[in-house]
Amino acid sequence: MSAQKDSWVSSLLFLLFCASSIPWSGCVGLQQEPSPQHYFSGLGAGKASLAFFTPSVSPGAQPFLEQIESSAEALQDYGISVVKVNCPKEDVSRYCGKENALRKAFLFRGNRLIREFPTDALFDVNSIVANVLFALLFNEVKYVETLADLENIENVLKGKSNMVFAYVPATGTAEHRAVMEAAFVYGTIHQFVLTTEAALLKATSHDDPNVSSAWLLFCHCQRATDPAQPCRRTALGQPLTLLSIHRHLKLMGAPLVTEVAEDPEKVSTVHLQLGLPLVFILSQKETYEADRRTAEFVAWQLLGKAGVALLSRDLVNLNVLHRSNVALKTPDEGMPIQYLVLEDTDEVITLVEDRNKVKQIQEDEQQEEEEEEEDEDEKDNNNQDIQDDQVVEAVSRDKKRELPLEQILVLTEENFHSSLSEAARTVVLFYASWEAVSLAVLRSYSEVAAQLKGTPGVLLSRVNCWDWPGLCSQENVTQFPTIKIYKEGRQSVTYDGMWGTEELSSFILLSRVSCPLKLATMDEAERYLRGEFPSELSSHHHTSLLGVFSTATGGAREAFEEAGNILSGHVRMGMYFEDDASALSQKYSVSPPALLLARSGGRSVEGIALSKHSVQDMVQMIRDELLDIFPEITVPNLPQYLQLRKPFLILFSAGDISQMESEEMLKLAKGRAQQAFVACWLNLKKTPVGHGILKKYFSTTPSLPVLLWVNLHAGGQVFKFPPEQSITEMNILSWLEKLQAGLEIPSSTLSEEDWKPPLPAYDFLQMMEPPELSPHTSPHPGDTPVPHPPKRPGGDTATREEPSQESTAEEVGSPGRDLRGTAPRLAARDKQGKRHSEL
Amino acid sequence: LGLALYAGSLCAVSGAPFVYHDYCVIGAGPAGLQAAYFLQQAGRDYVVFERSHAPGSFFALYPRHRKLISINKQYTGKSNSEFNLRHDWNSLLSHDRRLVFRHYSRDFFPNADTMVRYLEDFASLLKLRVQYNTAIIHVTLEKNEQAWNGHYFLLTDQDRKNYKCSSLLVAAGMWVPNVVNFPGSEYVEGYETVSINPEDFAGQTVLILGRGNSAFETAENILGVTNFIHMVSRSRVRLSWATHYVGDLRAINNGLLDTYQLKSLDGLLEGDLEDLAIVKDKKGKLHITLRFYLENRNISAGIDSITLPQDELDNFATRAPYDRVIRCLGWKFDFSIYNRSLRMMPGKGNIKKYPQIKPSYESKGTRGLFVLGTASHSVDFRKSAGGFIHGFRYTTRAVHRLLENRHHGVPWPSTVYPMTQLTNSIIKRVNEASGLYQMFSVLADIILLRENATAFEYLEEYPIGVLAELEMQTGRKARNGLFVIVMEYGRNFSGADKDVFYYNRAVGEAQHAWQSNFLHPVIYYYKHLPTEHEMKLRPPDWPLPRPDAIHHIVEDFLTDWTAPNAHILPLRRFLENCLSTDLRNFFAESCFLFAFTHQKLPPFCQQGYLRMQGLVGSQELRHHAVQAGLLQDYTQTDFLGDRPPDSHDGSQEQLMRDHEIPVRPLQHLVNAKDE
Repeated sequence: MSAQKDSWVSSLLFLLFCASSIPWSGCVGLQQEPSPQHYFSGLGAGKASLAFFTPSVSPGAQPFLEQIESSAEALQDYGISVVKVNCPKEDVSRYCGKENALRKAFLFRGNRLIREFPTDALFDVNSIVANVLFALLFNEVKYVETLADLENIENVLKGKSNMVFAYVPATGTAEHRAVMEAAFVYGTIHQFVLTTEAALLKATSHDDPNVSSAWLLFCHCQRATDPAQPCRRTALGQPLTLLSIHRHLKLMGAPLVTEVAEDPEKVSTVHLQLGLPLVFILSQKETYEADRRTAEFVAWQLLGKAGVALLSRDLVNLNVLHRSNVALKTPDEGMPIQYLVLEDTDEVITLVEDRNKVKQIQEDEQQEEEEEEEDEDEKDNNNQDIQDDQVVEAVSRDKKRELPLEQILVLTEENFHSSLSEAARTVVLFYASWEAVSLAVLRSYSEVAAQLKGTPGVLLSRVNCWDWPGLCSQENVTQFPTIKIYKEGRQSVTYDGMWGTEELSSFILLSRVSCPLKLATMDEAERYLRGEFPSELSSHHHTSLLGVFSTATGGAREAFEEAGNILSGHVRMGMYFEDDASALSQKYSVSPPALLLARSGGRSVEGIALSKHSVQDMVQMIRDELLDIFPEITVPNLPQYLQLRKPFLILFSAGDISQMESEEMLKLAKGRAQQAFVACWLNLKKTPVGHGILKKYFSTTPSLPVLLWVNLHAGGQVFKFPPEQSITEMNILSWLEKLQAGLEIPSSTLSEEDWKPPLPAYDFLQMMEPPELSPHTSPHPGDTPVPHPPKRPGGDTATREEPSQESTAEEVGSPGRDLRGTAPRLAARDKQGKRHSEL
Repeated sequence: LGLALYAGSLCAVSGAPFVYHDYCVIGAGPAGLQAAYFLQQAGRDYVVFERSHAPGSFFALYPRHRKLISINKQYTGKSNSEFNLRHDWNSLLSHDRRLVFRHYSRDFFPNADTMVRYLEDFASLLKLRVQYNTAIIHVTLEKNEQAWNGHYFLLTDQDRKNYKCSSLLVAAGMWVPNVVNFPGSEYVEGYETVSINPEDFAGQTVLILGRGNSAFETAENILGVTNFIHMVSRSRVRLSWATHYVGDLRAINNGLLDTYQLKSLDGLLEGDLEDLAIVKDKKGKLHITLRFYLENRNISAGIDSITLPQDELDNFATRAPYDRVIRCLGWKFDFSIYNRSLRMMPGKGNIKKYPQIKPSYESKGTRGLFVLGTASHSVDFRKSAGGFIHGFRYTTRAVHRLLENRHHGVPWPSTVYPMTQLTNSIIKRVNEASGLYQMFSVLADIILLRENATAFEYLEEYPIGVLAELEMQTGRKARNGLFVIVMEYGRNFSGADKDVFYYNRAVGEAQHAWQSNFLHPVIYYYKHLPTEHEMKLRPPDWPLPRPDAIHHIVEDFLTDWTAPNAHILPLRRFLENCLSTDLRNFFAESCFLFAFTHQKLPPFCQQGYLRMQGLVGSQELRHHAVQAGLLQDYTQTDFLGDRPPDSHDGSQEQLMRDHEIPVRPLQHLVNAKDE
């Protein structure tokens, strides 16, 4: 992007250079002339110069002189020399003699005086350049005061040449200068018209214009054939600067529609060079005329925003959908051309405009960021020492708070084994007291302890591995934190769930009951399915899972038991294999081996035949069965659904979703497409971080509820369901079909970026210097002290070699710091003098 | 198992009967017993030969004045047993918690008898196989293609009994007194035999040759009863607090320095002992002269004809006659029992008292012969602690691990961790590891990176001198780069002539950590394992070749490197930049956001949250993170907020820029070593 800018800036300068009719030779800057005679005799014909006459520098003229001097260089670009003429004392000529002439500057072409400027009109470089050019270009730039004047000029130009109409709030401003400079280059091509009348501005722009900002219109009068109609106009949408005007005029000068007969990848036009997209209208021989009209129509709409090209498919062998009718090429390097199927021209225009809007925002932001970065660079070029790890920072901010850990038994190498046998279940948190994640978990763990206070048969304890490394390695703890649940002091289960209070306490509670739980009677089995048995778990509303086996199904039963071991703590599993298992299976019309699933308190019981006998398959099957069909996505449950590695069809809702939406989505989720994606919803009230997701997807927060298709695993595109359509199964299905056919444009794409180091590290290797260059850094022990190496200012070495007296003297010398002595260097703050060598 | 059947069996091949063992260890001192312990733990076939009737025979005699100068710290304020070994210089390594030296002695500097008792217990409680009263008097080689090293070691004891081993571990210590021969050296008493009763020195003038701890220990003992003591040696005195080498003069022995510098008659002199000569006059007084004068004299003439230096230079320093001259010049290795074919050569220069060995502790002359214990100190002489129990207990373990890999296919023990544990595993080790701490700049922890930097393998206490041979020596692969973790003193801090108490000697700020003076952790990063050639060309005073990146963790007054901002944060940034990844921790909520807005997740989310082990965090913690500007609170988000999407890596990043972070880390406060 910036390279492109550079290239056209240089081309502009080149243009300026060519345009300056008088090649400049000689020195740059202000010329001095000893006397008026000398000056006038040296004036070449047709050569413009701005002269001012000074007898001796009067104090009042000083600021003006400075401005004049600094504008000399700018004016030289236009072949105008700036000359300071010294008036000899005795000179009483026209320019030197009169007192008031000395307060003026005079513009000559050859030796003809073109204008006199009072010095107060030349208050700065902008005003000097603007006024001088304005005076020189009075033919090229027409000044108008009324609408009638403007229309007159317009009528004269129709069919001949185009007009550039500019409004500036006042002459002598930067905008005025920009217009004049542009006129200097383009004045021979387009007719320039200038006004300072706010009334004219109002007459030429549709909405309420801001009279304090400049405004420029390009009027396409050359193409205008109908004298009754005003010329088409294209406004410059940006602030007036020489570059923006130049860019605008370049764009206006480019052909309206470019006809292309080559691979669009290779096409490059002014638009692309100037950082604008290029829209291809894909045409065929049969529809060429209509396509051309469409292209022209679109081109007028997009003038100044994008280029339009007409591409004949017959001439180019395109490997794209036959139905595609539009292609979009963006100036960004490496972005592929998008081929689209669009219904009408409006879609083309919105496509481009949306893109530009986002881009503009990004650019602004980038600029801001760059500025910020620069600011930061100036302030302090390293933030490396500022904590950017949210967990570490949060934990260290919470350090002072005393944790309620009374409920948690502290275990040591001495009491570990004896304590384990005290309770039926001992939960042990292995942690390191210096490690942030451990400490974060310890906080949740203390909440669990408070929740489970008084629960029989469960003892919560902790081992600090920083104190007892031998115990931790003996218990096979290699990572912090680790939670193990010991059953009667012997075998242990390692917790592998979320490190949250809810999840952990539910795990501990579920672990109290063996998994799977062997049910002895029909009654127990029934009560189990209703969630009433065992009583320890009656307060827990989990899906209950019951394996029903006949005595003959040994293999499946063993696998089920093994699966129970693996899923222990996560799933509520029961097992029934009495002789009357057939009664149970008949009731739920399954044949053993089978699984009965009682969701939400046993109101409905599903039966599933158990066909797989490997433990792994069984575990997977149980996990899959426990997933909801149309779940509400929350922070803790997302990973389960991510593991399916399917795209998400997700409904973001401000609160609970409506009955209607829920039903429609459920129908959809249960339907044939079920296998292809995860249909889910997100309650922004419950999961406020969802706002962050929406912010990231859309520049403006969409109205809720909003239904999105998120391709999490392939490509990362995000599509937004048209908000005007109602959320029904039919609408969604047809939208999904269009999505699959590639007919929709993604609203956003997930960042593909790798997670790079957030900030650089200290480059100690470089600070240590290449050792071969500095033998003095490593004298052999026993050597005589090495003389000081030459000091290098600024470098770390310099700091290091700095004799200590300097800083001591400074400390002693500055009063108010002498209290320091009382706290002997404990708080030495000075960034200098990290260390002093007294060799 | 086949070999085990042989074990201990008496075989008779080619006439000479012998006993075969896979491993033979010579010497049941601390190093021999330490080696035996590891061999026993690994279930190897080994035997230890000890010439005395009990272990630790050297300690039964020495030090003569019975005070060990190795620290036996009772309390450290910590219960971490590994950490406490940093301040326990006498214990050997074992799993038996009874065998910790502080259970044997309450003295800070224990008595040598306690060491003998400890070693006896160590051998008996652990049931180590030691064959006492067996002095190996000859060692030779028997070529054999089948043998592990192409030859067997044949050992002969004082009773002409023969032993045959595949691998020989020499832990015989250094017990041959260093003797200097000069005219009159017959008048010199040796440290080994000199009286330790101060009464015997009452009113005498004593000259001590040597300037080590034994010399000062001897002087200390008689300081109060002599007229004065002079001490002469070639080199200047080296104070261990200045050199950071425990073998140099320890403060506990330096009473003579005190009286010397306070002009209390005692004194130190520098001079080459080789140039010295001693003459005895008729009264039995010993006069110092120079060999040069003796060479010129008329042989037949008596004592009076000998020129004394004071005859020419009447203020010659040692012109006063001495009553006794005592030699305290230390010990050397007994080279005499090794057959020439073993090529056990003395080292060169100041390590000529030691046999030549490689940094892997294997003899330079014979494959399969390893030197353990104090005789292996040539590897780190005057640098680290390899010559002392608290150092060689670790190098012995390292040798054992090398042997396990070489002969039994047991690779160097290692643990594989996910990448998220990288910072933690380093912080854990540098804070508690005793081997790294005691054997600074000699043993290093090695982190071998797995492909794609998703996991790593952690190896403890590998000898860095053989870093280039790591793959061969450990059986582990280092294809994807490695970190080497060592402890170092500041490059220019230690030395006999250094002022180690100068003002502002401690570095407090992490960004100046490379200038740290006191022992601190240093981490080297190599994209490829350094080659042997690179190891040779390493800069002088560098333990390792120039790495691709290096990190110093700033020295710490408490040697506690767990400060989140001063120690862990800069380390994390270093690791992140070496691996080109983001190693921050995130709460589950952040991972949730990333999962929906990024195609890739940071490692912490990948290895935690995505595996359903997200860090949910308590309310308070998340609140703190929000306040720190590191987590966005979306509950109060104004819904119409028109903020555009963040252009790149996540709102977290953005937030960091947007928010002023009020708390600046206060590293300067830790700068406490220089009061």
